[in-house]
Amino acid sequence: MRFARTPYIARKERTEAVARVVFALMAAAMVVPLVLIVGHLVYLAWPSLGWEFLVDVPRRGMTDGGIWPAFVGTLYLVGISLVVSAPIGVLAAVYLNEYAKDNWFNRVVHLAVINLAGVPSIVHALFGLGAFVYAARFGYSILSAALTLAIMTLPVIIASTREALASVPMAFREACWNVGATRWQTIRAVVLPNSISGILTGVILQVSRAAGETAPVMFTGAVFFKSVERGDLFPYGLRDQCMALSMHLYTLATQVPNVKESLPYATAVVLLASVLLVNAAAIALRVWLRGRKKW
Amino acid sequence: MSPENAPDPAPARRPQRPRWAVLGERAIEALIRLSGVSAILFVAAIFFFVLKEAAPVLVREDFSLGQFLFSTEWYPTSANNVRYGTLALTVGTLSVTALAMALAVPFGLGAAIYLSEFCAPRVRETLKVVIELLSAIPSVVWGFVGLTVMSKLIVTLTGAPVGVNVLNGGIILALMSVPVIVSIGEDALKAVPDSYREAGLALGATRWQLVYRVLLPAARNGLLAAVLLGVGRAVGETMAVLMATGHAVHIPQGILDSVRTLTANIAAELGEAPAGSDHYRVLFLTGTLLFLITFAVNLTADFVVRGIRRK
Amino acid sequence: MTAFVKEIEVQGLRLAYDSKEVLHGITFDVYRNEVLAVIGPAQSGKTSMLRCLNRTIDFTASATVSGTIRVGGEDVRRTKDIFALRRKIGMVAPLPTGLPLTIYENVAFAPRCSGLNRRADLDPIVERCLRQAALWDEVKDRLGNLGTALSGGQQQRLTIARALSHQPEILCLDEFSIAIDPVTTMRIEDVLKELRREITIVLVTNLTQQARRLADRTMFLWDGEIVEIDRTNVIFSGSPKSERTRDYVSGVFG
Repeated sequence: MRFARTPYIARKERTEAVARVVFALMAAAMVVPLVLIVGHLVYLAWPSLGWEFLVDVPRRGMTDGGIWPAFVGTLYLVGISLVVSAPIGVLAAVYLNEYAKDNWFNRVVHLAVINLAGVPSIVHALFGLGAFVYAARFGYSILSAALTLAIMTLPVIIASTREALASVPMAFREACWNVGATRWQTIRAVVLPNSISGILTGVILQVSRAAGETAPVMFTGAVFFKSVERGDLFPYGLRDQCMALSMHLYTLATQVPNVKESLPYATAVVLLASVLLVNAAAIALRVWLRGRKKW
Repeated sequence: MSPENAPDPAPARRPQRPRWAVLGERAIEALIRLSGVSAILFVAAIFFFVLKEAAPVLVREDFSLGQFLFSTEWYPTSANNVRYGTLALTVGTLSVTALAMALAVPFGLGAAIYLSEFCAPRVRETLKVVIELLSAIPSVVWGFVGLTVMSKLIVTLTGAPVGVNVLNGGIILALMSVPVIVSIGEDALKAVPDSYREAGLALGATRWQLVYRVLLPAARNGLLAAVLLGVGRAVGETMAVLMATGHAVHIPQGILDSVRTLTANIAAELGEAPAGSDHYRVLFLTGTLLFLITFAVNLTADFVVRGIRRK
Repeated sequence: MTAFVKEIEVQGLRLAYDSKEVLHGITFDVYRNEVLAVIGPAQSGKTSMLRCLNRTIDFTASATVSGTIRVGGEDVRRTKDIFALRRKIGMVAPLPTGLPLTIYENVAFAPRCSGLNRRADLDPIVERCLRQAALWDEVKDRLGNLGTALSGGQQQRLTIARALSHQPEILCLDEFSIAIDPVTTMRIEDVLKELRREITIVLVTNLTQQARRLADRTMFLWDGEIVEIDRTNVIFSGSPKSERTRDYVSGVFG
């Protein structure tokens, strides 16, 4: 049955259509700049992009050459910060979701996690400087920088893990308690194994965040230039300073005169590509694991 | 009833867990509790260590907190008249953040409404992926974009002498904050029960009317929280504004003026300030100020969110 | 039935969620090896009462419990080992819940928690419990399959197998047939008829006919109070002590 199309209905349909278009445009306003920017960056980076660029070291006062020391430095920083923050983050999330009762203390804990996530990156840098470089006497080093990054990215792992833990239905836990299992036995046998996907997602996201941060490493252990062998996979020790991809981009963009034009663009592209690839992997993992759900 | 089916009589002694298993479990649970409260420890530690480096200058006779907060004269390296007034920097932060929010909030909420109410599921999944990728872009890359792409664009379009200014920083920050606003805003809209929508549609409302009259008011708290978190992100941003807003420490006269934010200022000057010097300590004091500002913003956002949960 | 030994003694049990009281001081006993049915309309406090027995009520933050509950002579609220208590009591929830583990591991879960870890010890337990729950023949060739992939009726029998795996002295069933088909319900009732020789059964049900089929005594719980508790044939005789009982049992309300 079709109702007659009165002017009133026609007007309603028109506003509906207009609203739809307006909101769609607003959504597009996010997508389009992204595409344009990425395209522009790649276009200007093109002359420098290539395998050589990745494994070669900076040459001629950093106006030419490659980014290897910065790339491997970022790998070190990210790897060490991951080793520190992943266990703490996962266990903290387990506490918050499985053990914490709803009292004032745990509300403070919850607030602390939220605030930790909101601390400006430069304040993290100041903290790292005061606590690790000076107070703990680690000095300007990969260790100080990685620890600073670990604390900075902790909320990412906590949030992802919590979400994964919360998605395990309560009925499973109750079934375990009914047969006399302790909280930890329940978590180990049922809750954690079924949260692995969320935990992995969190870990991957942490990696991408740590790789992209500049300020926290700039003042705690990353440097302008470090002499490293081409393609050397183990050039740094824990107490050494290192170059980092994020800081390298900043340096090339603001501190090096007469740099070859495509160089900073290529650095940006490599950094961006690495980060986006890692995030895409996290998204793909999430989608794949959702299909393999056990209930 | 055959022997295998006969239930066992209640055993005189039940199997016991080995002692090491019980102890091990207690150890793990202690570790879990410790990790849980570690967040508090870390936040407290951050505040403590930043304040610790700043403290000596705070208690000095000739240092005025009022001047620090409300004077616009920032001359830390002056030979004979050192002044530490952060007001210009604070205004810099506020102006860039305000512009960023003015751009990001309408677009962000619009996109959130589109995703939540108007969009087909396939498109929604794709858009959500795009937004997630957008939020993953490192701030230094955004800063680089501001310094190069956006700067040239602004100079070409507006004829300004310099492309790094409030406008540049505002646009870049807007692009950075939009994902936060969209994702939390969409969550807030999704949390409005379907019964509201059904009631509205039953009364003959169009989807636009539904959004405007029913959903936005109902999701008010969540949307406010989304905006607050976007503000928090913008205020705390360092590298992007460092590269995109310029070097001038003064109160901007218009959006084409260069400014410097509190965050960028620390990053720019920390490298040159000798450790332990007054300049160094004042920079740490600025860091303490920033910590308190973002703390307040996040606390407010959480209270607002709690307001919904209590309903 | 052996001599009338009290397996469970409940005295003055009061339960409140925040400020709302749901059990108003109930007192009753359960004798060893009997089947006690607990009937009553929804929201009477039947499930809450069961949760007080094995202290899973502890997991509900808003609950306050007072009164005494003794299981096997031991005060459950003062027990030193709460996990041992929970293993003494088997609990079957209304919704069939297979754990997201293999069928074998579902049944082996409780023994593993008690410290048994060798296949040689676990195999006989798994087989015995699955047989007792009348599930063995259907799953014996696919013990490695996921427990959650079974049908509702099978998962409910799996839950029973799980409940039996820690050799409980008491088995509590909370409206176990609510989400399964009548044929499986009858099969499980047959299982219960076998089990009653050795253990005590508390059967919460809203199927009054089920109480009639299985129970020695029946307790009518209404709005947090015991209206009547007596031998089943008295409750269903048409002239129980309380009029309300007669009305409920004959379907006037509930």
